[in-house]
Amino acid sequence: MGIRFLHRTLKNPTVLASGILGNSKDILERVHEAGCGLVTLKSIGPEPRDGHNNPTVIDLGCGLINAVGLPSPGYLNMENEWAELEHRNFPIIASVYGGSVDEYRRVAEYVSSKKPDFIEINISCPNSEQHGMIFGINRDSSRAVVSAVKKVVSVPLIVKLTPQAPDIADIAKACEDAGADAICAINTLGPGMVIDIESKRPVLAFKKGGLSGPMIKPVAVRCVFDIYKAVSIPIIGLGGITTGEDAVEMVMAGATLVGIGTAVRYRGIDVFQKIADEMDTWLSEHNLSLADIKGAAHGEG
Amino acid sequence: MTKPVMDQKPLMLRVMENKREAPDYATLFFDHNLAFRPGQFVMVWIPGLDEKPYTISHYTPDRFGITIEAKGTFSRRAIGLTKGNLVGIRGPFGNGFDIRPGQRAAVVAGGCGMAPLATLVEQLPGDTTLIHGARSKDFLLFPDRFALPREICTDDGSLGHKGLVTDLLDRRITNGGPLDMVYACGPEIMMYKIFQLCETRGIPCQVSLERYMRCGLGVCGACVCGKQVVCKDGPVFGSEALREMKDFNKKALLKSGKEVDLSLYFSWRCR
Repeated sequence: MGIRFLHRTLKNPTVLASGILGNSKDILERVHEAGCGLVTLKSIGPEPRDGHNNPTVIDLGCGLINAVGLPSPGYLNMENEWAELEHRNFPIIASVYGGSVDEYRRVAEYVSSKKPDFIEINISCPNSEQHGMIFGINRDSSRAVVSAVKKVVSVPLIVKLTPQAPDIADIAKACEDAGADAICAINTLGPGMVIDIESKRPVLAFKKGGLSGPMIKPVAVRCVFDIYKAVSIPIIGLGGITTGEDAVEMVMAGATLVGIGTAVRYRGIDVFQKIADEMDTWLSEHNLSLADIKGAAHGEG
Repeated sequence: MTKPVMDQKPLMLRVMENKREAPDYATLFFDHNLAFRPGQFVMVWIPGLDEKPYTISHYTPDRFGITIEAKGTFSRRAIGLTKGNLVGIRGPFGNGFDIRPGQRAAVVAGGCGMAPLATLVEQLPGDTTLIHGARSKDFLLFPDRFALPREICTDDGSLGHKGLVTDLLDRRITNGGPLDMVYACGPEIMMYKIFQLCETRGIPCQVSLERYMRCGLGVCGACVCGKQVVCKDGPVFGSEALREMKDFNKKALLKSGKEVDLSLYFSWRCR
């Protein structure tokens, strides 16, 4: 099930979502070996950043709530990591974030010089007051970040969007117009909050956190459906995909690739191969190809 | 009522007893039946402060305990908790030790590395060799706890052999009967030396690793060591995994995800 995505051919349509495992070349290689078509490094920021204290991730049974808080060594402190990644035999997306248009540009320009296969700009993380989602909820700031970054990178640019935008399709179109090569949707939903009623305290140290997993899948499918209508660039659809049938549904909404993150919690690291196999099985049982079902939910009647 | 959706939010338990074990060591006891295997750990939340991983050091069907060494901000606060204080528990997480019936085993503990091994020792047969090293005799954790004899060494010679646990293990392998398994927990350099000794002597071993953790669920990647996710694939790793683990006794990630030498990592962890 080889699949073309921009300038690369991937072994299957599964993508490791940013923020899941992606901390080192070794673990990314393991995820690749576990069947993943395209892996994403944890978001890289302008400065060294610890992220939030624990608790940072809680399993709510229907998915996770997290406020890990964008930990990053900082883009200038990753030379060993880049040296190791130079000798990889698998494609990677490097995710970047910033606190201003200039920071996005600066980080992305440097990261681009390290030759990842793709750069993803995260304008959608809900777990920091100064970074991420603040840019992705507004058409003008989204466009400003994308056009600034597009000028300085030499690899295809993916923009990761937030479902908190009042009209995510409108943001996606603005990103496409500003030069984005692909859209990734959605980042975690929220922020939400969980309060422990015995101690009367929010459980997450950051108090608020983004929701992921099965509970957000209908929102993700709707977002991808709306974006597909608005843009002609490919979409990485993610949010709650746990099985091959979930992935098929996301492709029918309009996704070219399917991102997987929280499902690692529920089905282990080999969830990528499992989902790719389950997609194959479903397609062959229905005598269909991926191309046949892409955007199929947009059909007449 | 039974919850229709099974979440894994922290289970709020009250401290039932705080037992001072040694200078800087205390055990907190909770009355709860935890489904548990020796070597597994729980995430311990002090509301308003932080949440950290601790192995279970005491287990009965209606009570469990975690033993804490006061090192940093969190652990200093934790050893000061008293009866009635509320603590959140998530878990248990991780794989635990692999125990095979009929095996002849040696258990090697360094310092508070005795904590995860204690419940294991209680499940192993009477001919198990128990080797325990500590800074000095005052820091020997659980001195009267086990039925089986323990071979002791201290850094300062205040009790037992003056020297390293590996000296005692080497002597046991050379002079005692055959061994099928060595279990170890302690400083990573100690576990590495034990692994090397076991490799030389052709004995399989299992060691319990420590890395900075966040989720405990195998998703966030904070605790990766080589290709292993310590909170999920570990914290116990056997010889086969250790042979492939190039960061064992070498590298670890800081909270930012920055990979550093182990010495820098441990000086940061003890703040």
